[in-house]
Amino acid sequence: MQYAISILLSGVSLGGQYALIAIGYTMVYGILRLINFAHGDLFMVAGLLMVYLSANLPLAASIPLVLVLTVLLGFIIERAAYKPLREAPSLAVLITAIGMSYLLQNLALLVFGSAPKSFSSVIALQPLRLFDGALIITGETLTTILASAAIMAGLTLFVNKTKVGHAMLAVSEDRGAAQLMGINVNATISLTFAIGSALAAVAGVLLCSAYPSLTPTTGAMPGIKAFVAAVFGGIGSIPGAMLGGVLLGVIQSLSTAYISSQMADAIVFGVLIIVLLVRPTGILGKQTREKV
Amino acid sequence: MALLEVRNLGITFGGLHAVDQFAVSIEKGQLFGLIGPNGAGKTTVFNLLTGVYQPTEGEIVLDGKSIVGQKPAVINRAGVARTFQNIRLFKDLTVLDNVKVALHNQVKYLTLTGVLRLPAYFKQERVMNEKAHSLLEIFDLDGEAGQPASSLPYGKQRKLEIARALATSPKLLLLDEPAAGMNPNETAELMEIVRLVRDRFGIAILLIEHDMSFVMGLCERIVVLDYGRVITEGDPEAVRTNPKVVAAYLGGEA
Amino acid sequence: MKIRSLNPNFRRRLVTYGIVAAAFVFIQILSGAGLLTNSLSGQLVPICAYVIMAVSLNLTVGILGELSLGHAGFMSVGAFTGAFLSVCCKDVLPGWLTLTLALLAGTAAAALVGVLIGIPVLRLQGDYLAIVTLAFGEIIKNLLNSFYIGRDSAGFHLSFKDALSLGLDDTGEVIINGAQGVTGMPRSASFTLGIVLILVTLFVVQNLVDSRTGRAIMSIRDNRIAAESVGINVTRYKMIAFTVSAALAGLAGAMYAHNFSTLVARKFDYNTSILVLVFIVVGGLGNIRGSVIAAAALTVLPELLRGFSDYRMLVYAVVLIVMMLFNQSPQFAAWRQKLAAKFRRRRPNRKEA
Repeated sequence: MQYAISILLSGVSLGGQYALIAIGYTMVYGILRLINFAHGDLFMVAGLLMVYLSANLPLAASIPLVLVLTVLLGFIIERAAYKPLREAPSLAVLITAIGMSYLLQNLALLVFGSAPKSFSSVIALQPLRLFDGALIITGETLTTILASAAIMAGLTLFVNKTKVGHAMLAVSEDRGAAQLMGINVNATISLTFAIGSALAAVAGVLLCSAYPSLTPTTGAMPGIKAFVAAVFGGIGSIPGAMLGGVLLGVIQSLSTAYISSQMADAIVFGVLIIVLLVRPTGILGKQTREKV
Repeated sequence: MALLEVRNLGITFGGLHAVDQFAVSIEKGQLFGLIGPNGAGKTTVFNLLTGVYQPTEGEIVLDGKSIVGQKPAVINRAGVARTFQNIRLFKDLTVLDNVKVALHNQVKYLTLTGVLRLPAYFKQERVMNEKAHSLLEIFDLDGEAGQPASSLPYGKQRKLEIARALATSPKLLLLDEPAAGMNPNETAELMEIVRLVRDRFGIAILLIEHDMSFVMGLCERIVVLDYGRVITEGDPEAVRTNPKVVAAYLGGEA
Repeated sequence: MKIRSLNPNFRRRLVTYGIVAAAFVFIQILSGAGLLTNSLSGQLVPICAYVIMAVSLNLTVGILGELSLGHAGFMSVGAFTGAFLSVCCKDVLPGWLTLTLALLAGTAAAALVGVLIGIPVLRLQGDYLAIVTLAFGEIIKNLLNSFYIGRDSAGFHLSFKDALSLGLDDTGEVIINGAQGVTGMPRSASFTLGIVLILVTLFVVQNLVDSRTGRAIMSIRDNRIAAESVGINVTRYKMIAFTVSAALAGLAGAMYAHNFSTLVARKFDYNTSILVLVFIVVGGLGNIRGSVIAAAALTVLPELLRGFSDYRMLVYAVVLIVMMLFNQSPQFAAWRQKLAAKFRRRRPNRKEA
């Protein structure tokens, strides 16, 4: 029983990380109809930056610095590579995003080398012991769950209650109309990327704490899974990305523990396929009617 | 027996009756008009008749057979063709190919025959080319046959859409605002073409239009829609002078 | 028969065949003169395989207009089916027969998988369809990594757990060993075979595109709703495009497998799918000849850049991004016009470069 709960919890924790990355995917997709393949690699870059900075600076300085640098990187990528292609066919931007992803991975390879980096956890919390030590929740798991939940709540409030958040919703819905209403579309899009990058950075920092080693290709698979999670929950929907991320993490955790780690991926993807067949726009996705 | 019998057709979108109790009876070869203010549900009726939307109630009977609930491709094969309010041409295909696609079910050969370039391929392609060219000639588009459809000026694109719809050998042709954006010369030319199509091919035509002289000058019978419901039906003179119709278009008391 | 009087489509196709034939002759000359490095001659069959992959993917992405991110999955199905058959038959049948059967089996298996996957996938559209193809590609990889197939005097055994649970007797051998894949395949593929298969692929795809079926498929790409309105059975033609595309990928895979003596599923992952996608975007979506050239050029390029070995993927990524920006961005298009105008003006005074 305790085993099941601990698996469940680590699944929720993993899901929290996926959710944080998935939100970034879904926000960018909602606003630009772009699958930003480079997003998962931002998460990896944040992790690597964390390794180096935390080795040389106190935590209080390195965490904010990682956040700022990642956001800056996301901003630059958007302005340099995606903005010029806003009117281009979607496949062209997609390929550019793929190129960007390769670029980040290989730059990281060059700068940081391919050897896996390991480091000590940044989380100072002590593990929680329940049921006389039969169930141990690590500080990392706890922090991830709490941080993810807090961020998700904050973001939902931000998008639904603030003017800037409404601007984002407007630009996602109809860019032309939003512009005519006086919304600064470029600024809104850049802000969306910034938030997405910041979330990826947080996920990267938390990742470092939960897993012992990191390589430049670490971002790729979680990136794909996070994107799958976003689609699973309904692409373009932030609550959907959260739900999709957490569900995916739980499914993966349970599959790895009870079946095999090899088949876990297959099962995760299998669940996605089944869900999409039943609900083609994802769990919380909107059914958009094409005007005929 | 009428070619098209529609009874009690309706569709609800989230509580709103976009179309309600729509009924019409169109004879073979008849020129029928569908008019009404913007947002009255005219294109929605077209979408219901062609299977793009599934009605929530009602019957649609074409030539004695019910076509309600069928998919658009099946309904087209049964004999209903249409054009679209916002032109939907195959942009990256040539003018000729746009028509050849529509001849898909009229001139056939197997996929394998095409891949292996068996004699049937060459024979059928020749037949298809002839048919496509002769259709384009009716619309004076044959000169642009090899050009990409997107390169045509607007008026010709609309004509191409009609030519394409005609290629499917329909019994009933639905034209959605065919004269939209045309100047008086083009509109007069279009009226001639529509009459010619009806006379030569014996097709019934149901058209949506806002250009009243076009509708009144062409149609033998007109049905008027407002807020999704039929407010009257009759010949052009009766409809033109009907106070309910005037009120619908101008608002308020007649 | 004058060249000029031929149907322009036919002429275009002839040129493409001609380019392939010319490349074959060129390579044979280089090889005969001893100018071909070892690493390059080892790449010849893979280059042919990637060309076939690119042309077949272009059928789905450029002609049908649906993004497929799991194409490598079909390649691996073809590779494993072909390899399995080869290992089983290698001591029993003559080499050429084994190879032919392996190629046919690989193609058929991939086509079957294409149909099975197509049934659920093709009901979706756009990005959702793309993500499901990605998912299937990963599932295929994971499944193949979990396959254990062995043969002994009692026949064939299958297991998903490990080699031991196959329960083989002393005469048994493991053919597919889970993540370690297949070993002991005959290396019977050759560059000539590769070129022949490329020509077959071109024949199938180009003839398909310029036919009634091809027009139906392209109409779906250009305007699905209009296609339905003229009586095209969208699901049927999506399926035809997808299945032919999958079958050809399987052919490429089966051939690719016979260039090596070992085969693992890891090699055919999402990175390979993306790589092929890059080829066809660079070569031009819907442009079959472009796919051939791009696939060959972009596969050879990293080999030629071996001197920069550390930087080559970086250069590759930068080239990709710059190409996309250059081709597609309106600002760059305007800049290109200006540049082209300058060249045209200079022409009369231009000295030989």
